Amino acid sequence: MIRPHLAGLGLAIGLTALPLAANAAGEVTEFTLDNGMQVVVIEDHRTAAVTHMVWYRAGSADEQPGQSGIAHFLEHLMFKATDDLESREFSRIVEENGGSDNAFTSWDYTAYHQRVAADRLGLMMEMEADRMRDLVLAEDEVVTERQVILEERAQRTDTSPGALFNEQLAAATYLNHPYGRPIIGWRHEMEELSLQDARDWYERHYHPNNAILVVAGDATPDEVRALAEEHYGAIPANPDIEAQETRERPSEPPHIAQRRVIYEDARVANPYVSINYLAPERNAGAQEEAAALTLLAEILAGSGFTSVLPREMQLEDERSLFVGAYYGGTSLDETTFTLINMPLPGTSLEQAEDHILAEVDEFLEEGIDPAQFERIMFQIEAARIYEEDDAAGLARAYGAALASGLTVADVQAWPDVLAATTIDDVMEIARELFAEEATTIGYLMQPSPDEAAEPEADAAAAAASQPTAEPEDAAEAGADGADASTPETAPMTEEVSQ
Amino acid sequence: MIARFLTPLVAALAFAVPSYADIVNIQPVTSDGGIEAWLVEDNSIPFVAMDLWFEGGGSIDRPDARGAVHLMTALLEEGAGDMDAQTFAAELEGLAASFSFDIYRDELVISVQMLTQNRGEVLALLRDVLLEPRFDEDAVERVRGQVLSVLEADANDPDTIAAAEFNALTFGDHPYGSRLEGTPESVAALTRDDLIAAHRSALVRDRVSVGVAGDMSAEELGPILDTLLGDLPTSDVALPEPSEVSDVGGITVVDFPTPQSSVYFGHAGIARDDPDFFPAFVMNQVLGGGGYRSRLMEEVREQRGLTYGISTWLGLSKSAPMMQGGFSSSNALVAEAIEVVQDEWAEIAENGITEAELAAAQQYMTGAYPLRFDGNSTIAGILAAMQADDMPIDYIASRNDNVRAVTVEDIQRVAAELVDSDALHFVVVGQPEGLPTEN
Repeated sequence: MIRPHLAGLGLAIGLTALPLAANAAGEVTEFTLDNGMQVVVIEDHRTAAVTHMVWYRAGSADEQPGQSGIAHFLEHLMFKATDDLESREFSRIVEENGGSDNAFTSWDYTAYHQRVAADRLGLMMEMEADRMRDLVLAEDEVVTERQVILEERAQRTDTSPGALFNEQLAAATYLNHPYGRPIIGWRHEMEELSLQDARDWYERHYHPNNAILVVAGDATPDEVRALAEEHYGAIPANPDIEAQETRERPSEPPHIAQRRVIYEDARVANPYVSINYLAPERNAGAQEEAAALTLLAEILAGSGFTSVLPREMQLEDERSLFVGAYYGGTSLDETTFTLINMPLPGTSLEQAEDHILAEVDEFLEEGIDPAQFERIMFQIEAARIYEEDDAAGLARAYGAALASGLTVADVQAWPDVLAATTIDDVMEIARELFAEEATTIGYLMQPSPDEAAEPEADAAAAAASQPTAEPEDAAEAGADGADASTPETAPMTEEVSQ
Repeated sequence: MIARFLTPLVAALAFAVPSYADIVNIQPVTSDGGIEAWLVEDNSIPFVAMDLWFEGGGSIDRPDARGAVHLMTALLEEGAGDMDAQTFAAELEGLAASFSFDIYRDELVISVQMLTQNRGEVLALLRDVLLEPRFDEDAVERVRGQVLSVLEADANDPDTIAAAEFNALTFGDHPYGSRLEGTPESVAALTRDDLIAAHRSALVRDRVSVGVAGDMSAEELGPILDTLLGDLPTSDVALPEPSEVSDVGGITVVDFPTPQSSVYFGHAGIARDDPDFFPAFVMNQVLGGGGYRSRLMEEVREQRGLTYGISTWLGLSKSAPMMQGGFSSSNALVAEAIEVVQDEWAEIAENGITEAELAAAQQYMTGAYPLRFDGNSTIAGILAAMQADDMPIDYIASRNDNVRAVTVEDIQRVAAELVDSDALHFVVVGQPEGLPTEN
């Protein structure tokens, strides 16, 4: 099978993306520095390398109105000068030490990471601690870098009908909560972001007691503690952060109206319908609902062959090119559950919407095939084994969870919570979710024929590819920076890289 | 999405930091039946990763059946033996194993992950895939429809258009000149017999390279190789001839309504087995290699803010090595960005690089290499790729010495021969402002 919009490469079956994160080995240690900086160590001594990550509890959803994109813009500017380092010297030193570094911004966090030989861990901490407090911003660099993020927006979003559609759909889904704003920012606001805006953002959020250090690889907790105390421990906590810890954001009012978004673009080759439901996220000590929703998405569309929706709509009835169900539970605030149906040519999106909703109704009637449920449960067990092979991946999972309000204990309990979920639990949450009528329904489609004659309606379809992947990295490309322009990407897992 | 058109030649990167040598203790394994594989045994996690690289890939399509190997590869997961697609997938999922199938210009790659506890059952399924694919009529039609929808989407994607146009201009009738996915017309015309022929030609025992990493011993691997691959046929079609690269410098504009132009550029490059490969490899790192510190990133992004990213690479496709690059810039800025690239191309050809740049590139390349051997799946891929590229088994140990041995004089000489701004051709897809339209 080939997934439309993904190239004809990377065809894969088996082991779909069950978002686990807990390694069976249990070699995860956590502690907190005196200044409040949280530390997680994930041991993997198979190779003499470490992943060093610093996560700030500050993402685009923490931005003030009118400042969209500042979290991501500051992330770019963090690679400029500090009082000790020249502009871009941070990356130069990482590279001279054979390492790689990057950063990414999401709604709930901003993270900086390097992968280096294990004996360079102290150096990474020294530099990361330096830029946590001593960034020096210059006006001319801010102006040039603003041009870079505008080009980034052009490449990721403005040239891609799918990305523009996702942006509009999110904006319509959240009436009040800032998850409705694009991480990269609205262009008209990005154009106005200033040096002072960047400084203010930095001063407000970049403090040790607002940060999480994650080290994964060939390092012991004792080594990490000693190095972290030396480099990060000297930075004073900001007492004002305490009040921000709960990160109160504008909350969603009850949704009482269905919303419809129609985005027309002449470059749309494969129109599709997308249906958003608001859904609960994983919460500390209370992950059961999120686990049931995770399994629901897996049961509905986790496998292109054996899941409910692809089986019925792609394989048996052959009405759809592609159907998907997405749920990203790792989120600070209320998240979304999304259904997508890309019909075969010749079927209208109205019909496609009816088809997938009818299929969901049928699922609610018929329930879950116990054999399918058993296979998924076994895959969850197996994922604990496979995940041990990827310490850097575990580092990301822990960091994202902790920056989204979860604890190490929650992350470690997650596979068990999934495993304890029953068919009845999944059906109960499914009935609740799909009873929701105030959904947001989006159509991504070509303009109607008379509008299509207007050349101005055209815009390009472009995949937001990583711009700097070297070809020898092709097998590994895409490790950073999710591509949000394909319908396969769950809206809430989007990240924007440096 | 430029990376799609590249062969994933991970094997070019090797390391020689002594402390890492033990990590990849490669054992060559030859089965009783004469099938060879490279193995890195690591029993710390109870699973094994296996990569099978079949030389040939999309470039062995008959000229009148472009896209056949690609469509055939997509159908490998659509059932095998007595199992239809759903039954097959359910079996594999029930074993918590994964198979992935990738097709490139020169290789067809099958990557497998399997738990130790049910390895035998997974390997039996894999054997069915290799020897008894079904190509059921309904599956063929369904996947053909999926391929056609991808081709339709790609026809609206400026990055894809740019790369395809560049390849068509550069390679003409050679298989590299057209897309391995085929055209809507060629894909529509493919018959089941074409797919059977493609399977017969692509999955052959004399062109397979095997890399294995994880929880498996050499004693266990030997018999597995014979069972899995021993009954495959030998090759019946020739690999493509080397291609002449038509190096005509200039700029080709493809008009496309979009706010940002996609640019793909390049000229003839250097083969991996060329004695000057390493100087060229290091030079490329300085000019436009990955990361944020190349000359092009500095000049185009950091100094001028003309792009989000720009990179160059040595394209090492077997029939035609290339030196290539790509970026996107707003329509109003793209002319300036192209001029900067041309200037940097001329500058490095004229003056080479500095000692400081060389030292920085060598430090990065030698230091980064060992960090790649960081998981069973990655290692299995590297092992198979090395064999597919005819690298010696001790290449890993000598690679960093080869990088370190490069001098500024080597690079000056190689840059003068290889880098040629007059031969550099740009394909620009968009509505660029102020660009002379040539060719």
